[in-house]
Amino acid sequence: MKLLKTGRWITGIGLVLLAAVYVRALAFTPVERFQGPAQKIYYVHVPSAVVSMMAMGLVGLAGILFLLLKDQRFDRFGEASAEVGTAFSVVMLTTGPIWAKPIWGTWWTWDARLTLTLFLFLLFLGYLLLRGAVTDPGLKARYSAVLGICGLVLLPFIHLSVYLFRTLHPQPIVLKPSAPSLPGEMLMTLLMSFVVFVILYVGFVMQRYALSLLREEAPHA
Amino acid sequence: MLRHAWYLARKDLLVEFRSRTAILSAVVFTVLVLMVFNFGRDPTAVAAVDLAPSILWVTFTFAAMLALNRAFQLELENQALDGLLLAPISRSSIYLGKLIANLVFVATVEAVGLPLFALFFNVSILHVLASLVAVIALATIGFVAVGTLFSAMTARTRFAELLLPVLLLPFMIPPLIWAVLATAALLAGRPLSEATGWLRLLAAFDIVFVTLAFVLFPATVNE
Repeated sequence: MKLLKTGRWITGIGLVLLAAVYVRALAFTPVERFQGPAQKIYYVHVPSAVVSMMAMGLVGLAGILFLLLKDQRFDRFGEASAEVGTAFSVVMLTTGPIWAKPIWGTWWTWDARLTLTLFLFLLFLGYLLLRGAVTDPGLKARYSAVLGICGLVLLPFIHLSVYLFRTLHPQPIVLKPSAPSLPGEMLMTLLMSFVVFVILYVGFVMQRYALSLLREEAPHA
Repeated sequence: MLRHAWYLARKDLLVEFRSRTAILSAVVFTVLVLMVFNFGRDPTAVAAVDLAPSILWVTFTFAAMLALNRAFQLELENQALDGLLLAPISRSSIYLGKLIANLVFVATVEAVGLPLFALFFNVSILHVLASLVAVIALATIGFVAVGTLFSAMTARTRFAELLLPVLLLPFMIPPLIWAVLATAALLAGRPLSEATGWLRLLAAFDIVFVTLAFVLFPATVNE
């Protein structure tokens, strides 16, 4: 299958670039003054968080398009995006505590942003569980589209809550109303990391999409 | 459409109040949860008023879950849902009817739960009763709106009773956080102005999700 092969290639390129970005992050990007080497995890944590948010957004978008156009492709894409998003949110939720332990002195705290990203992860799981619990393919597609759209609408509320609470979590320093306050070299590394994570997302989703196509074609799937 | 919704809600509530099993179970369940909370805390270490908002909202959350689970299960018996879908009424009025019935059901449970909560935990609520009822109403509308939509979906899946909470809780958390904060401010004797921010958020959540569920509901039942 062409899609599967392309997906594999893109993922492969993404992984090589990931290694390259990390060489840059570890060796050629200045060490943060207060946090020391612990800050290096930032280049994995933030892009994976952004990509999992993006994945949820795309699941919702795919849901809207599916309900409007009744095109099976959007449903397959939603499923793929949700699974890949789950993987990225696991990366976000594991790298976070690893950073938090030396910096905050605790693995986990019920800070607004932490709590709500945990719920993003549970939203993904709920989406996948719902798909698993419905046997009829038509119902499955419609139900998951509805849930995806609700998830998309929930995201702004999550964001709103994050800004309204006093929080321990570092505030965004790139995507904020004023100019980014990150030193140029770190910003460059972060942006490169973003690009790599998006490439990985695309590669994974393509492979997952190809997989559901294969499953549908298989006689006794 | 509103008339149809009202007929449907009245049918549901009539079934409910004639049989009384679900509503009574939900009320007894609420009392039991409150009792469990009483034994789950150390009264000498934690003052009741500090714990009160969480007790109130956890109890209401569980009670609402029970109510929502039964909303569409009722229609599965004897394929009543198919009959409902064949009726010459719009899908959206089915949603509205279910929403109204669920709201009345949950409100009844809450109306019993609130005085008992005040009694059991010795929290004086009379002086903030009106504002407290407003907070409870706003939060309840929000999560019952989402819950009614989701229960229409989960009712026709395997392990519906388990799947509904798993899907619904992430959506209940934001309104619950705001409701708990508003309740805490009220019970601590703060002026209502300190809670208006949370109330506004709750109202925004209600408007957005009632509209969304109203629009999306037909997609969950169309055959």
